[in-house]
Amino acid sequence: MAKRTGIEVSLAIAEAVRQSEVDVVSAYPITPQTHIVERLAEMVADGELNASYITVESEHSALSACIGASLVGTRVFTSTSSQGLALMHEIMYLASSLRCPIVMALANRALSGPLSIWNDHSDVMGERDTGWISIFSNNGQEAYDLTFMAFKIGENKQVSLPVMINFDGFLLTHMIEPIFIFNDSEIKNYLTLYDPTYRLDPKNPVTMGSVGLPEIYTEAKKQQDLALRNSIKVINDTFKEFKERFGREYNAVETYRADDAEVVIVMQGSIFESIQIVVDEMRNEGYKVGAVELRLWRPFPFDDLKSSLKDKKAIVVLDRAMIPGGPQGPVLSEVRSSMYLDKKRPMIIGVLAGLGGRDILLSQYKEIFNMGYDALKTGNEPEMAKIIGLRE
Amino acid sequence: MKIKEKPKLEELPFATIVTEPGTSEYYKTGDWKTLKPVVDKSKCIKCANCYIYCPDNAYEEDKEGYFNPNYDYCKGCGICVIECPAHCIGFVEEETE
Amino acid sequence: MSKILRPKEVFLNVFANKMVSRREYFARGHRACQGCGAALVLRLIFKEAGPNTIAVNATGCMEIISSPYPYTAWKIPWVHVAFENAAAVASGIEAAIKALKNKGKIPANEDINIIAIGGDGGTADIGIQALSGAFARWHKFLYVCYDNEAYMNTGVQGSSSTPLGASTTTTPAGKISIGQGNWKKNLPEIAVAHRIPYVATACPAYPLDLMRKVKKALNANGPSYIHILAVCPPGWGTPPELTIRISRMAVETGVFPLYEVENGRYCLSLDMPEGLRPIEDYITIQRRYRHLKKETISEIRNRVLKEYKRLQLLEKMDFEES
Repeated sequence: MAKRTGIEVSLAIAEAVRQSEVDVVSAYPITPQTHIVERLAEMVADGELNASYITVESEHSALSACIGASLVGTRVFTSTSSQGLALMHEIMYLASSLRCPIVMALANRALSGPLSIWNDHSDVMGERDTGWISIFSNNGQEAYDLTFMAFKIGENKQVSLPVMINFDGFLLTHMIEPIFIFNDSEIKNYLTLYDPTYRLDPKNPVTMGSVGLPEIYTEAKKQQDLALRNSIKVINDTFKEFKERFGREYNAVETYRADDAEVVIVMQGSIFESIQIVVDEMRNEGYKVGAVELRLWRPFPFDDLKSSLKDKKAIVVLDRAMIPGGPQGPVLSEVRSSMYLDKKRPMIIGVLAGLGGRDILLSQYKEIFNMGYDALKTGNEPEMAKIIGLRE
Repeated sequence: MKIKEKPKLEELPFATIVTEPGTSEYYKTGDWKTLKPVVDKSKCIKCANCYIYCPDNAYEEDKEGYFNPNYDYCKGCGICVIECPAHCIGFVEEETE
Repeated sequence: MSKILRPKEVFLNVFANKMVSRREYFARGHRACQGCGAALVLRLIFKEAGPNTIAVNATGCMEIISSPYPYTAWKIPWVHVAFENAAAVASGIEAAIKALKNKGKIPANEDINIIAIGGDGGTADIGIQALSGAFARWHKFLYVCYDNEAYMNTGVQGSSSTPLGASTTTTPAGKISIGQGNWKKNLPEIAVAHRIPYVATACPAYPLDLMRKVKKALNANGPSYIHILAVCPPGWGTPPELTIRISRMAVETGVFPLYEVENGRYCLSLDMPEGLRPIEDYITIQRRYRHLKKETISEIRNRVLKEYKRLQLLEKMDFEES
């Protein structure tokens, strides 16, 4: 029987990695993910986790070593944040094109400059094109559960892609939350032995990573794209199986009181829980509001998002990262473009909030919902996203 | 050619992994040369210098212990001509058809 | 401590090559230039390493010519990831194999060689971080650097392994420039500084010596490093048939001394009883040096002799390291 434990989320994730019986951990410490790698090192040092722990000298080498280890046919875990993710950016593309099911615990932290150690989503937004599966968690329990599911999804032979589990830096990594931690015996048979078809094995020599001449590059990219798109079925099946086995429900798109809502906020990450408080308050005042979380970021859940949003009157997309000089908000631009071809679609407005870890007050969420109502009243869909709380 | 340079999407292997070792042998680099080595077996001392110094592994040992260049792969670099201690390898112009 | 004699001295030595194994793991049909020194280097290394080997290759000449899809010259498992991380990927492979052995998934006594290959660019410049990290972590693998003394694959741009006075496209000889203005980075010394159990330099003109060093390196009790000279006819401006002769001259003039450092103990591989050949023999036949004036040639000669003398002194020293 799983025990409800008060445990720091980072340590819970490390526990999930241990219970998944990884073979190789290759990670470089960076605020705010340090507690994960420290706990894993402790576990290896005490013999609780039987894995090779590579104390790499940079994040770039961390992911490179992960690829090497994964191609030998072992289960691999890494973790990073912000600058580290940016440093390994080159190799992120290779991890997915070489089809290595690496699992990364990504503590979302703002990218420099100016230097920031606090939470926002600019790091993960820089990796949209890398071909990784990307899933958001909203609280410690989800971060813990999704780590197991990440291995299951990635190692599925139809998928064979790396998976990143996003969780907010400091807001989740350093929080002690009540989490149901599985007993080792409960979770032991959840994951099966990782058995890739192709591996680096002298008994069966293969060449991996050859030069992709123009004659085949297009087909290679299409193959990768199909694998990522088709993984949505495996992801949904994994969520369903998890619910049947352990009772907790996960969806590609999470909603809170959004079924009959007029105005919803679309966002990602742990602020989902704060918004739920404001939704309840405003519902009591008579406003029909709701919240929609884009839990699955890549592959983009076009169908699920459409069915959650199509009959809303106005949606306000809350971005926690900025695209300077361009469409301002990454989630805004993708949601807008996903609904571009629809004859009937809600009004779409964008806001930027919580950049660089700035707190978003509950009153500001109310302000954001009211922006949605204003848009309905005036019929005006502003093109620029508004930055909430900008002191100017 | 037994090997597909332009496979269709369904034919492209998983992650473009080449599963057959040594498929470079399907590509004959022999047409790169302008001069070709010719071994004079009467002077050859069977020392294997030509075999060991060839970057393209073009020399094949026969039953008698002589080494013969495989013109399908020999690029005509001339290393064997220079390194042969018996000076028995001539470097002649390749005939064009 | 083994010494080999110069072939000029002992003609009978020529037959030693005949005893070499006939197995090949670097297939022909690869796209290397005619007379490519690096291709011969790889052929000899893998002839020695054998089938129980995993190779990791950094981006560069040898990776490009050996793996244009769907042609592969590799008859052993081989992976290419990126330019600067051959040592990091090799670290991951070594750690994974160790983990599999710890979990009993592969037999503990199974000996799989891991060889990381990089050019001088992918080792001395962009790859130095990964190399240093892998050595520091003491992974049991062999790193081979085939040194053609520039970024050859992209068109002969200078690297930190380009020797003084050599003309490359980014260190060109010009009206006010002698070409590369700095001395070549000493990669074997960097490897020795990490105190790894085996470091060596090798040259394809001495194939049996090269293969012996590969064998020793693969049996070392920790990381090992071999730095191998690879003559590049288009990059150096030399005729392809002279590749081996020039490689030999590099050794005989002392420009590329052959030595091993086993657990800190230096040992020169060649006995040179008649001393070193004059450096002009080596320099004047290469087009990349043809602009050199007497002063630069003197500077090069003095430095080469100084470096060689340093090795001779190091050989005499007894470091008491095991």
